[in-house]
Amino acid sequence: MPSANLLKSIDYSVLQQCMHCGMCLPTCPTYVETKMERNSPRGRISLMRAVADGELEVSKALSDEMYYCLGCLACQTACPAGVNYAELFETARAEVEQAQVNDGMQRGFWRWLSLNVIFMRPWLLRLIGRVLRVYQSTGLEKLMRKVHFFGLMPRSLAALEPQTPHIAAQFSDDLIWPEETPKGGRSYRVGLLTGCIQDLAFSNINRDTVDVLLANGCEVITPRSQSCCGSLHAHNGELELARELARRQIDSFDLDELDAIITNAGGCGSHLKTYGHLLHDDPFYAAKGKQWDKKVKDIHEWLVQIRFRKPTAGAGVGEVTYHESCHLCHGQKVVSQPRQILNSIPGLVFKELPESNWCCGSAGIYNITQPEQSQKLLDRKVANLRQAGAPVVATSNPGCHLQIANGLRACGEHPCHEVTQPVTLLAQAYRAERGAEILLRGSAV
Amino acid sequence: MPAVNQIEATFIQSLKEILPPDRVLTAAEDIVPYSFDGTAALKQRPGAVVFPLTAEEVSECVKLARRNNVPVVTRGSGTGLSGGSVPLSGCLVICLVKMDKLIEVDEKNLTLRAQSGVITKEIDDAAAKVGLFYPPDPGSMKISTIGGNVAENSGGLRGLKYGVTRDYVMGMEVVLPDGTLTFLGNKCVKDVAGYSMKDIFIGSEGTLGIITEVILKILPRPKARKTMLALYDSMDAAAKTISAIIAAKIIPCTLEFLDRVTVQCVEDYAKIGLPTDVEALVLMETDGHPVVVEEEAAQMMALARANGARDVRAAADEAEGAKLAAARRNAFSALARVRPTTILEDVTVPRSELATMVAFIDSVAKKHKLQIGTFGHLGDGNLHPTFLTNERDLEEMHRIEIALEEIVDETIRLGGTVTGEHGVGLAKKAFLKRQLGEGSYELMRSIKHALDPQGLLNPGKIFDPRN
Repeated sequence: MPSANLLKSIDYSVLQQCMHCGMCLPTCPTYVETKMERNSPRGRISLMRAVADGELEVSKALSDEMYYCLGCLACQTACPAGVNYAELFETARAEVEQAQVNDGMQRGFWRWLSLNVIFMRPWLLRLIGRVLRVYQSTGLEKLMRKVHFFGLMPRSLAALEPQTPHIAAQFSDDLIWPEETPKGGRSYRVGLLTGCIQDLAFSNINRDTVDVLLANGCEVITPRSQSCCGSLHAHNGELELARELARRQIDSFDLDELDAIITNAGGCGSHLKTYGHLLHDDPFYAAKGKQWDKKVKDIHEWLVQIRFRKPTAGAGVGEVTYHESCHLCHGQKVVSQPRQILNSIPGLVFKELPESNWCCGSAGIYNITQPEQSQKLLDRKVANLRQAGAPVVATSNPGCHLQIANGLRACGEHPCHEVTQPVTLLAQAYRAERGAEILLRGSAV
Repeated sequence: MPAVNQIEATFIQSLKEILPPDRVLTAAEDIVPYSFDGTAALKQRPGAVVFPLTAEEVSECVKLARRNNVPVVTRGSGTGLSGGSVPLSGCLVICLVKMDKLIEVDEKNLTLRAQSGVITKEIDDAAAKVGLFYPPDPGSMKISTIGGNVAENSGGLRGLKYGVTRDYVMGMEVVLPDGTLTFLGNKCVKDVAGYSMKDIFIGSEGTLGIITEVILKILPRPKARKTMLALYDSMDAAAKTISAIIAAKIIPCTLEFLDRVTVQCVEDYAKIGLPTDVEALVLMETDGHPVVVEEEAAQMMALARANGARDVRAAADEAEGAKLAAARRNAFSALARVRPTTILEDVTVPRSELATMVAFIDSVAKKHKLQIGTFGHLGDGNLHPTFLTNERDLEEMHRIEIALEEIVDETIRLGGTVTGEHGVGLAKKAFLKRQLGEGSYELMRSIKHALDPQGLLNPGKIFDPRN
């Protein structure tokens, strides 16, 4: 059944902006892998343009190509003409979903379950998290692995099992008060986005984020039971669901009362900053969306903007290297700030990671949908980490964090044995200051 | 043009007997992305795209195409700016990117041997590892293949001091239009054994043969480099500075300029603190022995001031040098963002005529109400007038055509060439005869006819073949 052609209906100049110069080719992980133009940004754009021009049918092959793309946006950094690849790629994925060229009961079911059901309902996501937590903490997981239970599952599913994130003992709402006020007086009032995977697996990083904000004079407002930001939906061709989640997200904050809305996950931040465009046709939310975009700040971006206080104590680490989340560096162009934060920590020796902005293969749910290509990128990342030689790697996106931790665990012997995040190290340094104060006071008595 | 055939099913079957099926592309989704190269507004869907790994495979494909009278277009990374690798409808595209072996760096003979699909930057990186240097640096060197560079005789920023790709090609392996595999040239600096056949293939744009391997000359890497930036209130003053530098017997490795429109676009886009009322921004670099570099840099800055530069700055180190070079590096990006379509030209005039030519382009832009930003290589007279437009605005595209005609006429009048480094391809074809005159134009066509009587290799590029 022919349906409205989404690629035809987007502003043609966005497609046309690509002058096919090829500058994107050497920065595209899939092109570098295959050296085939269709696996490159300009190749994909030419396919989208052919669809928009009515010269190419929306096919299964087109869909495969759009899902082979990592959506890492390295091409956007390389592009001299400023092509908005993120918008093109999201529209193209929506187009292939709408055309239903990907039919297959199983795929349809899993997509529906995750995108339409679980990630639309924060309570359900957290309930699943709680069940997983019990499963992992009671030793049931170990037992299942010991009896090779997963050997009974299809091989592709069994391979994913060890990648299940470790669920945190407490979620963000248990660790963070709805309002927290800095002790030394308030200079700013900010909202905090706790994310979904971040909340389930890394609630401690949300806590660290609050601590770092408090230490810099920010009052922090954290609404309860937050929804998914919708990046998962937008990247997987479900733009309507993404719009619904964007409206919900906007409604949970009082924008006029806040100086900024803080996100600490690179992937979410990149999408959160495009609500204005996503909702530009919405009569009630268009203006709010614009206002929202201006207020959303990545934590590193915000800290540097407000001239964060340099800690006087160390974080208990020596050499640290830094892996850039694609959507932080390519999507949001936040490149120097995380490095400035790491470099501000006394005793920390910063070591650059070769190819620090090359995708690690996590890419949202890419490690689930394209395990083979994802593994190649992970191997490349692990090899680069070996070359950097630092015992600690910092990153700032839950997907990258989990992917790299899994990669390092799987390879056993490796100089790098800890994955952490810049805000965590900064929070540790601030805490160590207090420790030092207490020690000083103690010795004075 | 002689009649040729389009690719048919039996032909594809035969291709799959030469190459494994995963290196023969025919599905629409696979070949639509090979419909174009880096040139604006040109596209044509091929019939099949193949990826050989060896010269023998290339030869087999060419022989098959010849038997079936199917045209062949050779392609590297597809970054060309004159339409040289834009396919013909239904033709065979031979894409060499997978022939990417760097075979040898010979430190004793100062040569480097590589398959055609090796990326240009990797050539220089390999040389740099042993303290050597491959100077040609076309704007796309991170992407372009060395084979494509040789076939187009690419230039770059270092033309004045180091020349162009041609000056570094010592030998090559070529598949001729009849499929014969041959080697031209060698590692000898001196070689006068017969015609210098390799030179005919350099810059032949895939019309005479398919280059599958090259031997390149490499040089000792300069030990030091100094970057300077000068701002001018008039293009004449900038041009005078360059003449004065050359009169002082200094050959800088880089002398790049941006005109007013380009500086304004760069400042709008990159916000690097450039004054937007300058008429010319000049980036200068000298390289070589550290002592000489210091002395030459001081002299160049003094000459810039003496010839009316408003402001002259020198970089203290590499990092600061990169900052000064930012304006030049961002020039094309900044222009490309202004409008949907960017048409990059490369008319070239003798260095002494450069200021005249820039002023002329400016007047043409005003006359036809067009946006043209000009930047380019001040040292070698190679200009890049860049038209900012929208290919869907046919009326404006028509005005661009007229403007381009006028620019070409003036270029030829000043003793210049319609293309300094991008090649003729499809984009400059209409102007070639005007520049060359009947005699040399016909000479070129007879060479083409002698080597490729069937007219199957990249037909219709540079000129139309004889019937």
